Formats: sequence, structure tokens, C-alpha cells
Amino acid sequence: MVPEPEFTSYYGRPVVKPAPWGDDVAIYLFLGGVAGGSALLGLGGQLTGRPTLCRNARLSALTAVSLGAVALVKDLGRPERFLNMLRTFKVTSPMSVGSWILSAFSAGTAVSAVAEIDRLSGMRLPLGPLRTVLQAAEGPAGIEAALFAGPLAAYTAVLLGDTATPTWNAGHEELPFVFVSSAALASAGLAMITTPVAEAAPARKLAALGVVGDVVAMRVMERRMDPVAAEPLHEGKAGAMLKWSERLAVAGGLGALLGGRNRVVAAVSGLALLGASALTRFGVFEAGLESAKDPRYTIEPQKKRLAARRAAGIVDDAITTAK
Amino acid sequence: MGQLSGPTDPTVDAHWEHNHPRQGFFTDTSICIGCKACEVACKEWNHNPRDGNLELLGSSYDNTGALGASTWRHVAFVEQGQERIAEARESGRALVNLGMPRIGPPSEPDPLDLSEVDTTPPDTPDFRWLMSSDVCKHCTHAGCLDVCPTGALFRTEFGTVVVQDDVCNGCGTCVAGCPFGVIERRSDGTAAVAAQREEQHAEHPAVPNVGVAQKCTLCYDRLLTDETPACAKACPTTSIKFGDHEDMVQTARERVAELHAKGLTEARLYGANELDGVGGTGSVFLLLDEPEVYGLPPDPRVPTADLPRMYRRAGVAVAGMLAAAAVAFLGGRA
Repeated sequence: MVPEPEFTSYYGRPVVKPAPWGDDVAIYLFLGGVAGGSALLGLGGQLTGRPTLCRNARLSALTAVSLGAVALVKDLGRPERFLNMLRTFKVTSPMSVGSWILSAFSAGTAVSAVAEIDRLSGMRLPLGPLRTVLQAAEGPAGIEAALFAGPLAAYTAVLLGDTATPTWNAGHEELPFVFVSSAALASAGLAMITTPVAEAAPARKLAALGVVGDVVAMRVMERRMDPVAAEPLHEGKAGAMLKWSERLAVAGGLGALLGGRNRVVAAVSGLALLGASALTRFGVFEAGLESAKDPRYTIEPQKKRLAARRAAGIVDDAITTAK
Repeated sequence: MGQLSGPTDPTVDAHWEHNHPRQGFFTDTSICIGCKACEVACKEWNHNPRDGNLELLGSSYDNTGALGASTWRHVAFVEQGQERIAEARESGRALVNLGMPRIGPPSEPDPLDLSEVDTTPPDTPDFRWLMSSDVCKHCTHAGCLDVCPTGALFRTEFGTVVVQDDVCNGCGTCVAGCPFGVIERRSDGTAAVAAQREEQHAEHPAVPNVGVAQKCTLCYDRLLTDETPACAKACPTTSIKFGDHEDMVQTARERVAELHAKGLTEARLYGANELDGVGGTGSVFLLLDEPEVYGLPPDPRVPTADLPRMYRRAGVAVAGMLAAAAVAFLGGRA
């Protein structure tokens, strides 16, 4: 029996500091997911002969990743601060790994999307002889972008998990599953809005799979987390956002499955899915920041795990020692 | 890349070829008098701007608040009554007895077992002030350093962890990566100045390094010229000791044994165990109560220790996403 830990703190002041990140970062989490999922849909369209889905997904990927990069740079303050990260590659830093994933993803996405823009504009882009190169490169570029699509959607979960922020860290095992599911359903939702129903069947299926993954991963995560560290996911603004996120996801998923062949239903369901994903990212983001502001979320789970280890006979790994 | 967890020599891990011994602090809070000379010396030497707005925080004599971008030493003040003192003594005693074998019926008293011995010191106070000068822990496995994407944070030849202001891009990842809440991104030192103080503050020099992460450097510049860090130099009671990390841990162990022998079982060490979640800290503390009483985490763990597992989980998640996309495109046009 593990004794209930008592809770004391230093004048109620936080033990850890919250990441100094504003909403820009939450927006980036969302847009990175949309971009990643869209690149996968783009490749699917490319390989299975769905030109409209392919075109729309590629354009969506480029739009989302560009806006996401803008949000990221805005949070850093100056564009060259992003380049500062490309001076080095550090595998211990998810932010460093992520900046390279983002760069590699953007390269392929840009090439394949520019090819689409060129076609849309009736070959009016002033490309000259480069057009042949572009047309030869767009297929491989779509594959390259899709290679980095999953990592783009998942690395942000590692970025949050690899912190001392109690709620994020406690969810580090399942957060990648939540984030890729959220990315899948959001990008599928966007494709359901942009693409006629005739070509959007894969998007509808991906939406349904994403919703199942999202709901299951979120539930498993909450159950496996320390119950105190999980509290911010249920309380206040973050709790409300996550509750609505699940509702919208389920509604959007059902809409896609049952009424997705109707253009209007498909578009409304797509909107619901995009909203669900945005709320998931904002909810998880906000919950983490809240958990860092209250010492209870740091101290109680730590006391509990220390007491549990001691009860299991492990007495040599505490930071506090008698000698 | 060196080890991500467990006992190690961080300087060797960082591929330094010099053979400088690891440097560190031993902060003995049992002889801290709360004079804050360390805070002042630190600010003076490192040209750190003022934090906050000269408010009284209502936390005993602590109006500094916490460690932060511009506060690299922070003296905590805790006022305690008799009940809390007894609890601290008891929790310390439990720590002393931790791991003692308890198989079978109660046996002969172990000479090292303090649980049955009357160790009431002769002058048990009914009130006490805990004063403790907190500082960056310069962890063996530093969360801030591991997650820094630019390489701005680095391991010095002294085994300490320092930010290069001109490399830092202010991304803030290190802030969330520190399990002790030490490092912070500097906004600016004199925000929200009261109206009547405006003129006075107009004279303040510009705040350096705004927007980049800042924390204790263990006076890297002073170490390079064989000088003692400013806080340790200024400490009038030698509560802050500075030297080779090994010696600091040794001194800490001797001191805690001395206090235990006097019956002060509330004394305990913090950070002296290389098997802990951060591989031991470069700054070792002697505390007189549970760490959280001083605002320290009771069981910190460097997040990067779990990073290989996180990457593997993310890899599985990515595979799942690809599989879902493949399934979505299979089966022809629905």
C-alpha cells in the first residue's frame, strides 16, 4: 500500500516553468498536422489517379505548412532565428529534429504544389526551361514530402513529451498517437471540404480511421497518466476544449461515414473535423501550460512515484539522501 | 552524444579532452543566515537586470520570488512552527532508516538505526526559519542542454552548463526542459514600473540579452581565471561552498553525518546521488526539510532520459498513420 502523499509547496509557487510559448505554437501544432496529413493524401491521389484530390491536398499541404512556419517564426520573433536552428542537428533535441523535418517536408511540398499552381494557371508561371524539370520532379517530390509527413505530424508530440511540464511529460507514451490521429482527421476533413465527393472517398475513410485513433489514443493516454497530472486535461478552458474536440471529432467522423457522399454534409463534417483537431492541439497545449503553473502537478505525482519505488524496495535512486 | 541517463562524467561525455575536474557548489542551508549577499554579488558580477517591481511578496523575507532569467541565486525563507519541525525531523529520520533490512520480527537494535534512539537535541526550537540559497543545479544530465536546438547551451570544461547568448534563438524549449524551473527566457528586467518611479528607471541601463534564455553560468568567466564564483565568494558564513564536485559531495556527506550525530535528523542531502533522475547535480544542497518545502522537486527526472522511448513510440505512431492512409486508398473508389 502506497501512502497518500501530502502536498506542501513553497508559498504555492510553481516548481517548473511553463514554456514561454503563445498560441502561435498551438496553431503550428495544428497546421503541421494538417500539412502532414495532406501530403499523405496528395501522394495517395498521385499514386491512385485522383488528380483533383492530389492537387487539392498538395495545395493544402503547402498552405498549411507555410502558415505554420509563419506562426513558428512569429513565436521566435525574427526569421533568422529559425535559420539559427539549421546550423546544427541534435538528435537529443526534438526541436532541432523537428526543424529539419519541417525543412525537408517543405521542400517536397513546395515543388509538388508549385507544379499544381503552374497547371492551374495554364502554364503561365515564368519557369522557362525549368518547367520540364518541375514536371519531372513533382512526382518524386510528392513522395519525399509524404516521407516526412508522418514525422512532421508526430514530432511535435515528442517535443511536448520531452519536457518537465507535468501534463505533457506524463502523456509522452500516447501523445504521438493522439497527434498523428488528429493530423489524419484534420487533413481528411480539409480534403472533404476542398474535393468533390467522387474523389474524396479515401479522405472519408481516413477521417473515420483518424477519429477512432484520436478518441482511443486520448482515452488510453488519460487512463495511463498519473491521475493528478491528467487533471488539467479535464479542467477549465483546456478541459472544455478537449471535451468539444471529442464531440466534434465523433460528429465529423459519423458525418463522413454516413453522409459523406453529399457535398454539403461532407463539407460540414470536414469543418467539424478541422475544429476537432484545432481544439485537441489547443487543449493539450493549454493543459500543459496550466500544469506547469501549479506546483501540485509537479510535486504530487513525483512524491507518489518516489513512494511507489520505495515501497517496491528501490531505495537508492532518490535525489534526497541521508548520506 | 553521451549518455542520456545514469551516472557519468558529463565533461567526458561532452568530449572535452582537458582534464579539469568537475566544479560545483555545496550549499549548506543549515548555516545560511539569509543575508542575500549571494543574490547581490551574482547580480553585480553578471550585470543582471532587476526582476519584478520591488513589490513585497508576502513570503517572509523572500521578495525575490524564484530563480529566473535575471535571478541566478534565490534565497528562500520558510517560517515553521513546532509541528512542522517535528515532521521534518521524522521525514529525515525515515530517510536515514530507508533500506534498512526489516525481515522477520524486530531484532537487536542496529547501531546505525536511529529510529528507537532518543535523538532529541538539547535545544529544540519551537520556531525556525529555513533559509536556503537556490541556484542552477548544473545537472549531470541537463534537460535544458539536451533539448536546446541551436547548440547555444553547452557543457563547459568544468562540467557546468552555460548559455551562449549570441547563439540562443530564444525558442524557449529549455525553459520547459528544466525539471527544476531554473532557466528562463528574459523578457525585460523592468516591466510594469510604477508611475512615480518612472524617472528613476529611465536611468537604468538597457537590459542585455532580451529574448534569449538566461541562467547561472557558475561564473564561467571567473572559473576561467581560477576565481571563485561571485556568490560563494560573497557568502559570509560559507553556506555556499565552491570547489571540485567530488570534494563538495564529500564535504556534504561529512556535514550531514555530523548533524545526524547531533540528533538533527531533519538534515538531508539533495543532489548528491548519481543514481537519481538527473544523474546527480553539480550543485549539491544540504536541506533541513523535504525538498518541496524549499520549492525543489521531490523526484526530478530529466525528460530526455525517456527520449529514445518517445522516438520509438512516435515511430510506431507514424507507421500507424501511413497504414491508415494506405487502408484509406485501398479498395478502389467507394
